[in-house]
Order: sequence, then structure tokens, then C-alpha cells
Amino acid sequence: MSIWEYANPKKFIATTTPLVPWLLGVSIALLVGGLIWGFFFTPDDFRQGSTVKIFYLHVPSALMAINVWFMMLITSLVWLVRRHHVSALAARAAAPIGIIMTVMALITGAIWGQPMWGTWWAWDPRLTSFLILFLFYLGYMALWEAIEDPDTAADLTSVLCIVGSVFAVLSRYAVNFWNQGLHQPASLSLDKEENVADVFWYPALVCIAGFVLLFVALVLMRTATEIRVRRIKALEARMRS
Amino acid sequence: MIALLRRDLALAVRAGGGFGLGLAFFLIVVVLVPFGVGPEAALLTLIAPGILWVAALLAALLSLDRIFALDFEDGSLPLLATSPLPLEGVALIKGIAHWITTGLPLTLAAPALGFLLNLAPSAYVWLFASLALGTPALSMIGTFGAALTVGLRRGGLLMSLLVLPLYVPTLIFGAEAVRRGADGLGAATPLLMLAGITLGSFALLPFAASAALRVNLK
Repeated sequence: MSIWEYANPKKFIATTTPLVPWLLGVSIALLVGGLIWGFFFTPDDFRQGSTVKIFYLHVPSALMAINVWFMMLITSLVWLVRRHHVSALAARAAAPIGIIMTVMALITGAIWGQPMWGTWWAWDPRLTSFLILFLFYLGYMALWEAIEDPDTAADLTSVLCIVGSVFAVLSRYAVNFWNQGLHQPASLSLDKEENVADVFWYPALVCIAGFVLLFVALVLMRTATEIRVRRIKALEARMRS
Repeated sequence: MIALLRRDLALAVRAGGGFGLGLAFFLIVVVLVPFGVGPEAALLTLIAPGILWVAALLAALLSLDRIFALDFEDGSLPLLATSPLPLEGVALIKGIAHWITTGLPLTLAAPALGFLLNLAPSAYVWLFASLALGTPALSMIGTFGAALTVGLRRGGLLMSLLVLPLYVPTLIFGAEAVRRGADGLGAATPLLMLAGITLGSFALLPFAASAALRVNLK
């Protein structure tokens, strides 16, 4: 019994399909619960007023935007090392979700920034690096679309993902050097006792858990779809010959 | 390796384009900017470092798709891949040849274009130094982008989309070095970072580029 068993597409679909409705259900319950808790049962911030409530969408989406790329990096490495097709397809399936999360973080940030900073957009290091991350996702997805042969596409996008990760990290620290920011420091870090007051923090944790489960459910669904698309194409090719 | 470098340089010189087009493009972008933002000398002085760097970057981008495309079309790339020279070496040489035909002339021409944009007198040294240190990274990153897209028929636009985000750190440190030089501040830190990016690209990206080439030649 090893994890690589699930690299078999058939086994993957058979195992994950029954899981998806549960994951989706739990994530929706957590999201609805967390957002209601956050919106109606937490006090307004003493300086930011009720605008602080967009926090419950902004922080989870920003967190996911980065971690989806990280997941793509891992699945790309697995593809390059072990040549499991499911792994490459999972990376492909995750990219559109990641780009949506990035856009969501940027948009909720702009909506929050307008009343707080007086501007929709500032060339702040964090904002800028998210914009760059968005461009990386765009290039990655465009490369998948451009190449017809699926194995070539998987290989090239994996190489791009690895090189892109290095440059994304480099850009993240280069923009720090380039401009000082308006953005507050990280809301999530392990080296501090309390990053955000607990009263806001617990509903945010529920929302983050909801986002993570939602992402897992969507990736499993989309990966299964990609596998089926691949299968249909193989069948069509066989019928023609 | 030397033979391949000389072959690439000879091809670039005799086929034209390599030197001329990139430089002409650099000149045109720099000339267009004052039309866009107005001829005020103070404003131009302020934005000159950034404009010169962005223009150099775009000029370098222009000739990237020629790095492998011509060899791919006439079939010499598979020959190079099967030659005793490792493919990593081929990628490295291609990057160096691209720098000599594009980055080096841009670096040499940039101070002259600085006059057009009313660059601060103290910044010329830093402009030259930052381009000399930074353009090799642009060439090597571009070689990687070209290797990724060599098999595609209309890869040029896609390659720009892939390569330009990778250029961000180089651009930031390069333009920052010139800006600090113009303000009379110490520009050593961004220059060191720039040199680090260049050395890192030359050390690692040939491996990524050759991996992409192997996939594309399969």
C-alpha cells in the first residue's frame, strides 16, 4: 500500500469520485458558517469599521493563490521524476483555480484598499508580486494550451513551473527592495503568538479551511475530467485508425 | 564550443538583423518616449533610467525567437543535440552568442541614448555597468524561453508572455542601480544582486533550457 497506487488513473477516479461530494459539502458548510460568523457575529474593527470583514475572503484567497502554485510545483516535480500522468494533469487542473484565487485576492484587496488607503491600487511589494504571480499563471496556462502533444506539454510546463517558481520567489524579494509598502505584514505566520486578534481569527480559520477543502474538491473533480478527456481523445484516435 | 560560438556569430553578422534590428528598435523606443510624455527635461531625467532599461529589455526580447528557430528549421539543431557537445553547452553558447549580438551592442549604445533622455551626468557609469552586468541574464533567460517554445509554429507571442515575467527581478535591480547612481547614492547593492542573477542564470538555466530542448526534439 503506497501513495503511488493512486497514480493509476482508474484507481484515482474510483477513489476520489465518492470523496468529492463530501469535500464539497463540508467546504460549503465551513464557508457559509465562517462567513456568517465573520460577517454578523464579530465586532467592527475600531479603526477600519465594517470594511475589515472582507478579510475573510481576502486572506484565504491570497493564501490559496500562493499554495496552489506550490502544489503545482510539487506535482510537476512528481511528473518529471516518476512520469505519473495523473500528477501532470493535476497540475494542469489546479492552474485555473490558482489564477482565480489570485484575481480574487487582488480584487478583494482593491475593494478593501479603496476605503482604507484611499486607492484601489498601489505599487506595494505585496500587491506587485501578486500581479507578477498572476502573469506566471497566465504564461503557464497559455503554454499548456499551445502545445498539442500532451506529454510534451506536460514536460515543458513542468520545467516552466520549476524555473518560474525560482523567479517568482526572486521577484517577491526584489520588489521589497524596489518600493516600501502600504500593506500590513503577513496575517499568517508561525513565529508570532497572535497575528490577528482572536475574535477575527477563529472565523478566518474556518474560512481558510473551507477554501482549502473547496480547492481539493475542485482539483479532484477537474483532474478526473482531464483524465476522461484524455481517454476520449485516445478512443477517437483509435477509431480513426 | 568555441567553433559553435564563432559559427553563430558569423551567421548573425552575415545574415544581418542581429545587431542592426535590436539597436534600431532600442533607438526608436527611446525616441518615442519623449513624444509620449512631453519634452520636459526634468521629467525625462527622472524617468530616463527606467525607460532605458525597459527599452533595452524589449530590444533583447525582439531577437530571442531567432536563437533556436533557424537551427530548428534547417535541421541543424538535432545535429547539435547528437554532437559530442552536451546540449547544456549548446544552450550556454547560444545564450552567450545572443548576448554578444544583442546585449553587448545595447550596452555600448545606451550611454549615447542617455543624452537623448537627459540622463543625470552621474548615472552614465552606472547605466553602463548595470547593463553590462544585467543583459547577460536577459539573454540567458531568453534562451530558456526560446528553448521552451522552439517547437511551436507561432511561438513568438507566447514566448514574450513566458519570458517577460521572468525578467522582472533583473529589471528591478538594473533600473534601481541607475536610479541610485543618478541620485548620487551607492549603487553597489543592486549591482551585486544583478551580478548574482546573471551568474545564477548562467549556472542553472542551461540545464533547464536543454531539458526543454530535449523534449521539443523528441
